[in-house]
Amino acid sequence: MGLKRNVGLMEGLRYQGKGPMLTYVLHRIGGLGIVTFVGLHMIASFLSNQAWGTGVGLFINTIYESWIFQIFIFFCALFHAINGLRIVILDLWPKLIEYQREAIWIEWCVFLPIYGIALFVIIRSGLGG
Amino acid sequence: MKAKPRMAPQKGFNFDYLMWLFTRLSALAMYLIAIVGVTAALLMSARQNMSVADLMRWAFMPNPNHVANTSIADIEVWKGIFWNVMGILMLFFAGAHGLHGLLNVLEDYISRTWVRNLLRGLVFLVWVLMSAIGVYVILL
Repeated sequence: MGLKRNVGLMEGLRYQGKGPMLTYVLHRIGGLGIVTFVGLHMIASFLSNQAWGTGVGLFINTIYESWIFQIFIFFCALFHAINGLRIVILDLWPKLIEYQREAIWIEWCVFLPIYGIALFVIIRSGLGG
Repeated sequence: MKAKPRMAPQKGFNFDYLMWLFTRLSALAMYLIAIVGVTAALLMSARQNMSVADLMRWAFMPNPNHVANTSIADIEVWKGIFWNVMGILMLFFAGAHGLHGLLNVLEDYISRTWVRNLLRGLVFLVWVLMSAIGVYVILL
């Protein structure tokens, strides 16, 4: 696609971007997930400390304390952090852009074990084991 | 469905470039604050008294409420002006980074200039409001 920005949604979905495109999409989803979670969390902390909002604050707490939500938000935070570090390194040292596919492989090698262990722990405690 | 192209960011020293740079540098700053938080927590007997999940909550936001449910004995060391400053710094970097990222995503789907300007104003207001709420919660 390059500089031709005038593409529709379906044409965009057919774009075969492979690895870099996948990290781009997941980075966006992760970022939006973190904004949603942190925003909710701050509002909940604020409301829990107000006499009129304690109930609403505690209700929001129960949403993000559920283990299913934690699987999602930990994916968002960890992927966004690790992929973000790759973007920062490649952007601040542009010569390394040549190795961006290798960088993405390293990124998955870092991400998958950490997320796998966390997933195991979250699910085990979620199922009450 | 054909979307109209949005205005491409201009080359040079302008708001878009500064925010591009800020996004990268604030990411590094957040990594630094988290590393300071984890290191200090380990020095303050986190290894025997906290789980990894609690340690991460503390790393993302060094607020004494985040260690209240652990078996840390002396919570007074985890309070104080230093951790307030670190928390507010984290709030500033994360808030600006996150809301600018949100704006970036939204602007990819918006072509009209007046909608874009309205959105920029709106996101700025949300940022100011959420920062005020955040500082209030941190200093509580």
